Amino acid sequence: MATYQEFIQQNEDRDGVRFSWNLWPSSRLEATRLVVPVSCLFTPLKERPDLPPVQYEPVLCSRANCKAVLNPLCQVDFRAKIWACNFCFQRNPFPPSYAGISEVNQPAELMPQFSTIEYIVQRGPPAPLIFLYVVDTCLEEEDLQALKESLQMSLSLLPPNALVGLITFGRMVQVHELSCEGIAKSYVFRGTKELSSKQIQEMLGLTKPAAPGQQGRPMAPQDAAPSCRFLQPVHRVDMNLTDLLGELQRDPWPVPQGKRPLRSTGVALSVAVGLLEGTFPNTGARVMLFIGGPPTQGPGMVVGDELKTPIRSWHDIQKDNARHLKKATKYYEALANRSAVNGHSIDIYACALDQTGLLEMKCLSNLTGGHIVMGDSFNTSLFKQTFQRVFSKDFNGDFRMAFGGVLEVKTSRELKVCGAIGPCVSLNSKGSCVSENEMGTGGTNQWKVCSLNPSTTLGIYFEVVNQHNAPVPQGGRGAIQFVTQYQHSNTQRRIRVTTIARNWADAQSQIQHIESSFDQEAAAVLMARLGVFRAESEEGPDVLRWLDRQLIRLFMFHLRRSPFLQVFNNSPDESSYYRHHFVRQDLTQSLIMIQPILYSYSFYGPPEPVLLDSSSILPDRILLMDTFFQLVIYHGETIAQWRKAGYQEMAEYENFKQLLQAPLDDAQEILQTRFPMPRYIDTEHGGSQARFLLSKVNPSQTHNNLYAWGQETGAPILTDDVSLQVFMDHLKKLAVSSST
Amino acid sequence: MYLFCCCRLFLHNLLDKLLNVKQASDLPPVQKSRHRIDPDAIPSPIQVIEDDKAKCNEPFTTGVRGQAPPLVTTNFQVKDQGNASPRFIRCTAYNMPCTADMAKQSQVPLAAVIKPLATLPPDETPPYLVDHGETGPIRCNRCKAYMCPYMQFIEGGRRFQCGFCSCVTEVPPHYFQHLDHTGKRVDCYDRPELSLGSYEFLATVDYCKNNKLPQPPAFIFLIDVSYNAVKSGMVSIVCQELKTLLDYLPRENPDMDSVVRVGFVTYNKVLHFYNVKGSLAQPQMLVVSDVSDMFVPLLDGFLVNVNDSRLVIESLLDQIPEMFADTRETETVFGPVIQAGLEALKAADCAGKLFVFHTSLPIAEAPGKLKNREDKKLIGTDKEKSLFQPQASFYNSLAKDCVAQGCCVDLFLFPNQYVDVATLGVVPVSTGGSVYKYTYFQAQSDQERFLNDLRRDIQKPVGFDAVMRVRTSTGIRATDFFGSFFMSNTTDVELAGLDCDKAITVEFKHDDKLSEETGALMQCAVLYTSCSGQRRLRIHNMAVNCCSQLADLYRNCETDTIINFFSKYAFRGILNNPTKAVRDTLVNQCAQILACYRKNCASPSSAGQLILPECMKLLPVYLNCVLKSDVLLPGADVSLDDRAYLRQLISCMDVAETHVFFYPRLLPLTKLESGSLPVAVRDSEERLSKGGVYLLETGLHLFLWVGASAQQELLLNIFGTQSFSQIDPATTSLPVLENPFSQRLREIIESFRAQRSRYMKLMVVKQEDRAELIFRHFLVEDKSASGGASYVDFLCHMHKEIRQLLS
Repeated sequence: MATYQEFIQQNEDRDGVRFSWNLWPSSRLEATRLVVPVSCLFTPLKERPDLPPVQYEPVLCSRANCKAVLNPLCQVDFRAKIWACNFCFQRNPFPPSYAGISEVNQPAELMPQFSTIEYIVQRGPPAPLIFLYVVDTCLEEEDLQALKESLQMSLSLLPPNALVGLITFGRMVQVHELSCEGIAKSYVFRGTKELSSKQIQEMLGLTKPAAPGQQGRPMAPQDAAPSCRFLQPVHRVDMNLTDLLGELQRDPWPVPQGKRPLRSTGVALSVAVGLLEGTFPNTGARVMLFIGGPPTQGPGMVVGDELKTPIRSWHDIQKDNARHLKKATKYYEALANRSAVNGHSIDIYACALDQTGLLEMKCLSNLTGGHIVMGDSFNTSLFKQTFQRVFSKDFNGDFRMAFGGVLEVKTSRELKVCGAIGPCVSLNSKGSCVSENEMGTGGTNQWKVCSLNPSTTLGIYFEVVNQHNAPVPQGGRGAIQFVTQYQHSNTQRRIRVTTIARNWADAQSQIQHIESSFDQEAAAVLMARLGVFRAESEEGPDVLRWLDRQLIRLFMFHLRRSPFLQVFNNSPDESSYYRHHFVRQDLTQSLIMIQPILYSYSFYGPPEPVLLDSSSILPDRILLMDTFFQLVIYHGETIAQWRKAGYQEMAEYENFKQLLQAPLDDAQEILQTRFPMPRYIDTEHGGSQARFLLSKVNPSQTHNNLYAWGQETGAPILTDDVSLQVFMDHLKKLAVSSST
Repeated sequence: MYLFCCCRLFLHNLLDKLLNVKQASDLPPVQKSRHRIDPDAIPSPIQVIEDDKAKCNEPFTTGVRGQAPPLVTTNFQVKDQGNASPRFIRCTAYNMPCTADMAKQSQVPLAAVIKPLATLPPDETPPYLVDHGETGPIRCNRCKAYMCPYMQFIEGGRRFQCGFCSCVTEVPPHYFQHLDHTGKRVDCYDRPELSLGSYEFLATVDYCKNNKLPQPPAFIFLIDVSYNAVKSGMVSIVCQELKTLLDYLPRENPDMDSVVRVGFVTYNKVLHFYNVKGSLAQPQMLVVSDVSDMFVPLLDGFLVNVNDSRLVIESLLDQIPEMFADTRETETVFGPVIQAGLEALKAADCAGKLFVFHTSLPIAEAPGKLKNREDKKLIGTDKEKSLFQPQASFYNSLAKDCVAQGCCVDLFLFPNQYVDVATLGVVPVSTGGSVYKYTYFQAQSDQERFLNDLRRDIQKPVGFDAVMRVRTSTGIRATDFFGSFFMSNTTDVELAGLDCDKAITVEFKHDDKLSEETGALMQCAVLYTSCSGQRRLRIHNMAVNCCSQLADLYRNCETDTIINFFSKYAFRGILNNPTKAVRDTLVNQCAQILACYRKNCASPSSAGQLILPECMKLLPVYLNCVLKSDVLLPGADVSLDDRAYLRQLISCMDVAETHVFFYPRLLPLTKLESGSLPVAVRDSEERLSKGGVYLLETGLHLFLWVGASAQQELLLNIFGTQSFSQIDPATTSLPVLENPFSQRLREIIESFRAQRSRYMKLMVVKQEDRAELIFRHFLVEDKSASGGASYVDFLCHMHKEIRQLLS
């Protein structure tokens, strides 16, 4: 048998699943003792170039409350043309179209290598993708220009039949009509007034007053027309919209000295949500919000327009001094939920030096599967390239985005679903496999994921419900089926089904087996997600204490220090941003986020990963650190001096030139694929931006521990934070004293 | 001086007989009177008008106190010699009673009709502009009257005594001037404010809102683009016309471009604002559908200078008719439309005028939404007054806001059915604006009238954000005001806009005694922003005599002005009283005036004799015309909207307009001479000859009546055809024929139109045609179809009333 490591890798590659435990403790009691719950990271749309979708409907179990999909784990009686559901044990006849099956002529879904299979199904007319740009015009001229160019460029990246719409806002909110010739037309809303969805639709002329006597008649074709005024196929309005974007002006209302511009982000979003709600419910759509500052008026305002009142900080929030926080958060949550119900996702592209209110608005993206991108300016390659990457295509030339996903999890009866953590909302489907015990978004076995991409990963948590006194028979297997229905970017409806099984093991007799099946990386990420989920809903220090109690592993040192749990030195917006990305990336990326990777380049050998420790910072090394959000190239003192002296220009120092180039090439590779684009930092010993590196490494040498001070073994960090060594010492003491 | 101050009619025998007959028989009395009293024996308006014309050979000089000017029907030149020209102010009495008792006894109303910005004929000088420098105009310390010819300089010119309140005020050093031997300032004739009745002061920043010099005003055009508006052709006509009209915005210096900025809005249930910034390639439309809470969606690019944005504006005006050509929206809003204009002016921090082109009752859900309340059953009942009152108080408060901002509203209505003019007119009437109404508007036949009205309305001289105050000598006080304006206190007449056609009637009451020596003085001061954005004060001064003898009062009255006052008084009265009560009040007051004269001024004679003062001998006939007007005595076919419209229209008319409105001018067209008009005939069917052609003018309508057996030559000259049957009654303009008669007739028609503030559409009425009914309505000496008495009958009735009062 292959090693667990290979097994895990293989499962991840095939099914996009990583479990914390790959042998499951067979009773509730034992499972609880293991601390880390049976849970998995699941990437529903993991890219599978080798998996061609099949062009027919899945076969479902006929039991009304089961409806599991036929899968390789089912027992099949080929002669009787009957299959047994492996979840509810219902015996189902095959549909007539399967009449020809036999042991040698099996449909794909019965073959073991198709534990993950994708169906293309016909459900109504194909719905076009919808992209609704919501653009802040209270930007600096230069920023607005850059944003306009990016938006114009994006039109060429959209699928030609996609519908596109434009809403701009500042003091007022303007919904631009795209169909008209000649005069540019837009509908204007006051930025201070909260409007219901119905009002918005009426004001946009989207609702036809019900004429008496007309009820029951079929809809005349032109009745569908009004919505099209605002959302038009790209290929038709391409030129028109390019001109319109080109003519966009900064918000013309004067901004007095000492004031922020009046920015009606709240109303703009409610108009966007209302527009889509009224015209294209349950159709894949992206609302793309571009903001250059915080909402300053109307519903959802985050800060007033007086510059002398700064935007809330963690300090204010802890002191309960954030006046608008609760109200704004509630407002955006309501919008996010409405949007999620209709399967529309909301992206936030926030580019400003100060905070923009992501803390309040994060739910918009978190609940709808939208992106959040944070940058300093729209005129940076960080924004520009990240934005382009939203429209990246896969090996088939299809967009790496899917819409309106519904993920359903079915379990065999020894397991129940506790919840999920990721960019999803509960669909409140209370099946028999739903646990009382909630972890993350719980109380359901179905979630809506309005927007998905191949890396979108959810953490799913289970509970073993088998009682200790009713053991599972030796060799018994538990099964889990993930059914993901979604709208593919080519507008097809698809269903992807992944069915996995793991062996049950008795924890008392087979503890070593269980131990060896432990997936440390998956467990770390899954626990971290739980931690972040708690941090979002609870006060910070309590979460750290909970984490300390729960788990003691090496990762925890870095996780404790990470911006996901620590808010020190981060604005509320930054924290929200980091957490947003943490709960949706796949395992590899998540690990990088928890424990940044540090590569060393030197003349002494090929590039190698080194400890994320201050002792790794040496004068004759170039370091490349990847924290997911930042990519830092750090030139050691000596290297920096050489570089300054220009040795790399000299023919005889060709190898130095290559040494300098190596990390750049590696960094480039990361930059090419990462979404969002990381902040790229090229610095050197003593450089101001070296702080990005110094704040991440383990401070094994500081100004306090003098034994390392002054020695040429690394770079001391000026911090009062405890080093890993101290942390471990303390931990050992605790572990011994509290162990029972 | 006239020896005859009265006109005696020996009617008593007839009347006695009449009354006896009346009691004895069931026959309608009118029939009897018609044939028994010779119409030529009763006072003839035409005679009075012609006599006055004949009397007036030289320019009227205003220097003599208490002198009544020629009638409004007479052409004359005015020389300002210290009192305001009658073109600015006309009084009911130029010899006011000294005491309140006398005034009460006579019942003659004491009122002045003031038209502050009246345009003068080219041969008269417009008021001079006086600049008193940084400290502003010099005024009396106590009553704040402005420097005028009635200020008496004393102590060698160091002080002056106010003619109104007698307070003594120091003359500021920079204004000091020595006095000559008569006590007059040496520079008296160099300074308009010391020698003229009318002049203007340049106002300082103290006279401006928020102590800030005003911005130039703005014109905003708000065009209804609902189905009816588009279909009737109104939208395309307005848009087409505006393209040229924008070059004729009001300006003071004809060589300069106007500084008035313009903005455009179209609307049906929602409002469309347009960004017409000059830098744009195409106009941009901004739709505001939140009509419940109106706001202006843009700042920059809404109000623009015509020259900066000409191409964009033209492109917009070209596109508006196209854009809405296929509209199926029939509902409109109205309140939010005015709010939008008001908010735009507020945002731009300027005064201005809204031109609203509207078609229908605003029934769409919005503030100011109206319901159809046309209920003909209420006519004649005590509830009739409610029909003239606005149905929603929303418009009253909106009007107040408009006035506060200096936002004047002109409303052009194109209704096909009831639109509730009484309510829609509230804002225009309160802001000094006008209402124009084109019922059943059809592009082809009504375009000319509408466009001429629009052109005139846009081009005419106008002031904004005006406040008028009338100051008077101690002993008399301005107590009541009639016209298109708003008052938030009892003295200041606030006019968001004031144009050259608007007149305000002011009533005076005694609060003390007047002295015959000093007479009664009045000073009307209007503070306004000119169309170039200059803050100014226009001052009109008027002095009249005071008398202790009733005979003097009756000798110097002006009936036309009294009728102007009576009509406005009555037309306002019906808002709060039953129409019948208002009519009775008018008849009573008139009877009392005449009875008082008979009792106190006329020589004793038989009670059966009707004796009328010379100046008032037309009072009965004119009063009868007021009483039988559509407003007070509607015919069956007169709509509520028409009555409300006329009611509002009369309220700001001057004397000339009310005169011709109530007693139309009827010209026989048998013989036309260049340079003079034919003598008019009286408004009675008896005066029409079957063989003649007549022109009738009311200030609002123009009729050409053709007798059934009109001379062929006449028809050929006018219509180019000899046959009566070939005349097309639908024609609205006469063919251009190369004969002197046709030329002169068209000249006359044009000159009539030029005289009036509204364009009169020509209607050709053939005798015995159906349209003749409408025409007959204006033959006001005859008994009217709605039950209005004939002149003769009314005179008899009046005589009876007077006799009752005397006995």
